[in-house]
Amino acid sequence: MAKVKSALLVGVGGQGAILISKIMSNGFMKAGYDVKQSEVHGMAQRGGSVSTQVRWGEKVYGPVFGRGEADIMVALEKMEAVRYAEFLNPDTGVAVINDYAIKSTTIASGAEEYPEGCIEAMAKNFNTIAIPASDIAIQLGNAKCMNVVLFGAMCDSLGCPEIDWEQIVAETVPEKVRELNLKAFRAGREAAAKAK
Amino acid sequence: MKHLMSGNEATARGVYEAGIKVCSAYPGTPSTEILENLPQYGEDVYCEWAPNEKVGTEVAYGASVAGSRSLTTMKMVGLNVAADPLFTAAYMGVGGGYVIVTADDPSCHSSQNEQDNRHYARFAKVAMVEPSDPQECKDFVKLACEISEEFDTPVLYRTTTRVCHSKGLVEFGERTEVTPKPYARNTRKFICAPANAFQNHPLVEERLKKLEEYGCTRALENGLNKMELGDGKVGVVTAAISYQYAKEVFPEGTSFLKLGLTYPLPMDLIRDFASKVETLYVVEELEPFMENEMKAAGIPCSGKDKTGVMYELNTQLVRERMLGEKPNFKTVDDIAVAKRPPALCPGCPHRGFFYTLSKNKNYVVTGDIGCYTLGFAPPLNCMDVCICMGGGFSAGMGMAKSFEREGVTDKVVFGVVGDSTFFHSGMTGAAEILYNGGKMIPCVLDNRITGMTGHQENPGTGFTLMGKEAPMMNIEKIFEAYGYAPVLTVDPQDLKAMKETVDKAVAALNNGEHPAIVTRRPCLLIKRIKQPKAMCVVNADKCKSCKSCLKVGCPAISMENGKAFIDRTQCVGCTVCAQACPFDAIEMEEN
Ligand SMILES: Cc1ncc(C[n+]2csc(CCOP(=O)(O)OP(=O)(O)O)c2C)c(N)n1
Ligand code: SF4
Ligand code: SF4
Repeated sequence: MAKVKSALLVGVGGQGAILISKIMSNGFMKAGYDVKQSEVHGMAQRGGSVSTQVRWGEKVYGPVFGRGEADIMVALEKMEAVRYAEFLNPDTGVAVINDYAIKSTTIASGAEEYPEGCIEAMAKNFNTIAIPASDIAIQLGNAKCMNVVLFGAMCDSLGCPEIDWEQIVAETVPEKVRELNLKAFRAGREAAAKAK
Repeated sequence: MKHLMSGNEATARGVYEAGIKVCSAYPGTPSTEILENLPQYGEDVYCEWAPNEKVGTEVAYGASVAGSRSLTTMKMVGLNVAADPLFTAAYMGVGGGYVIVTADDPSCHSSQNEQDNRHYARFAKVAMVEPSDPQECKDFVKLACEISEEFDTPVLYRTTTRVCHSKGLVEFGERTEVTPKPYARNTRKFICAPANAFQNHPLVEERLKKLEEYGCTRALENGLNKMELGDGKVGVVTAAISYQYAKEVFPEGTSFLKLGLTYPLPMDLIRDFASKVETLYVVEELEPFMENEMKAAGIPCSGKDKTGVMYELNTQLVRERMLGEKPNFKTVDDIAVAKRPPALCPGCPHRGFFYTLSKNKNYVVTGDIGCYTLGFAPPLNCMDVCICMGGGFSAGMGMAKSFEREGVTDKVVFGVVGDSTFFHSGMTGAAEILYNGGKMIPCVLDNRITGMTGHQENPGTGFTLMGKEAPMMNIEKIFEAYGYAPVLTVDPQDLKAMKETVDKAVAALNNGEHPAIVTRRPCLLIKRIKQPKAMCVVNADKCKSCKSCLKVGCPAISMENGKAFIDRTQCVGCTVCAQACPFDAIEMEEN
């Protein structure tokens, strides 16, 4: 267990980034790492831009890191990936992106436009894995398991081969939706392997 | 076994373990989850939502006077509201341990200013404890109670957003049962009469000296203050979350003096630490609170010239500003990222009210703090001023008086507060308007909950924090008791009724009457209220692309291929956009 590693999870309020951070933290804790996790919440409304940070290592002090310090970034929405790109380590960082767009209110009202080419621009600048996690989730029968699809896509980039992530997913999600989420996890992992 | 928990969850656990028995608070980000996590301890801890922070602070103080350990929590601006009892409790001292949690919000993630509440400790001359991680959030509550009782002082327990909302591993302890001495009246101590205050002031000054000595000695033994000596070259005095950043970033060999008791500062200890290092830095967020005191005590140090007085720090910023290491990062500049501001939810009951008022440019809206503040945002653009909780009524009064004096006759002022805000401090403003003949219309947007902070009960909702049924206070009857008439109640989602109500109120106002409006419809996100499932769709053949529906500002509607389009995953079928459409092109989907 060498240096502290950092992950940034970004998306739109209500997309389920919290479950991803929970799965990650459970896995790291079980493997004996120290873990810190930080999110900003407090606005009740749905639909704003949200971010969560997870850090793990032998001993973690700061719960919050800054620009250029994320080893991995997971974007549940593709424009959010671009918004937070400066947090990613430009040399070694990996971006895992859900190829899916959600309009913001300023876009819906016509004041701004949804930008073209988010994924291409990310891929030009960073080691990027983009998968259609939302579409995969819908095919599996529940749009909500998009977060676990995306976790499947990112888990092999976390650099912790000793952790059995499938097992951790099974332990973290509620019994009722376990099978669905395991399918989602495997589908995401496969899609990422192909996308690399 | 260790538990992964947020600072706020850990503080709640600390309340339980410290044997605190009475907790009263008003919600406010980032403090809210402390009280929300107390009902799990059942009968061991009584907890409640008070109507505002002043009340919560007084309830907890009363419990302390009676002998119980007690606690109140609030966001930083809440302490402005509760400052009155704080400053006098500081003179009178306590019975049972008395802890006031103030949760500051550097970077204004969800706050109206960036005040540094450490100044309150110095101003009120009370002890201040600052935890830096979830484990300390839990452990320091008990130490705070002990300090409070031993030194006869309220203890300010100061956290920040990142301490409150960051999770880390916490080891639990057992609950300490504290049995208070039998209660006996003590007027010399607990009556704030001038003669007593006069006698109390010297006690307060003496107490600070004793606390300072404690900070230099016993606080080192119990872990509140910590000295970690390195190679003697660089030393860092730090506290709270800044310690975590500095500890991670400064190279091995750096010495640290980490303070958990940050007021009064243990100056002899700091002087001793300073003598052991060649260069002394202070790393703290926001104001140079520690640094200025240290400089005033003649200890050469620096830090604020580098860290700055604004916004929160993080590992990268401390590395850059203190060690001069430029960050290595890339931005993707060829993509114009659109803003993603918060907006009223699809189906929010507040939408119809603001949509209606937005139609008349002569309506002046003095707003207040809550979800409904978002009525200011485009495309509704329906608010003129919003200053603080309760200000919606009283600032409106001032505007109305100014318009009167300046001869402005075409404006109509609407003062707008939410239900929770009405009970917090809107009621005093409502008295003001009627008493002093304000020509304005007070409106309460009653969505049956304290929405913005994540849906807490309040005196109007019929339930308590502990989940028990409670008397449900009726806002219309309160208005009527004051003497308002007519008091008009309306469902804000019915745009026709909404417009008729506003017109009626304006006519009554112009007729010399005293109208008030209450809009009532529950927030969609209240868990215990089931909402019917529905959805609206645009009939593309009827849609004339006039964009009238976009003016309601619902995140679920946009234009797609030249026609209005409703996102099925977001729409809840409230029909407000359908009512705004002049061509009946938006229809309820049969289900
Ligand atoms: C003095 C003070 N205390 C607490 C807060 C935090 N706060 C912001 S909005 C809000 C609740 C508003 O509830 P309500 O008036 O019912 O409006 P809603 O959000 O439900 O629309 C609270 C508690 C604050 N901003 N200021
Ligand atoms: S949380 Fe409730 S009150 Fe707040 S914006 Fe959403 S629907 Fe409206
Ligand atoms: S009916 Fe219209 S205004 Fe209401 S939620 Fe659906 S799209 Fe939004």
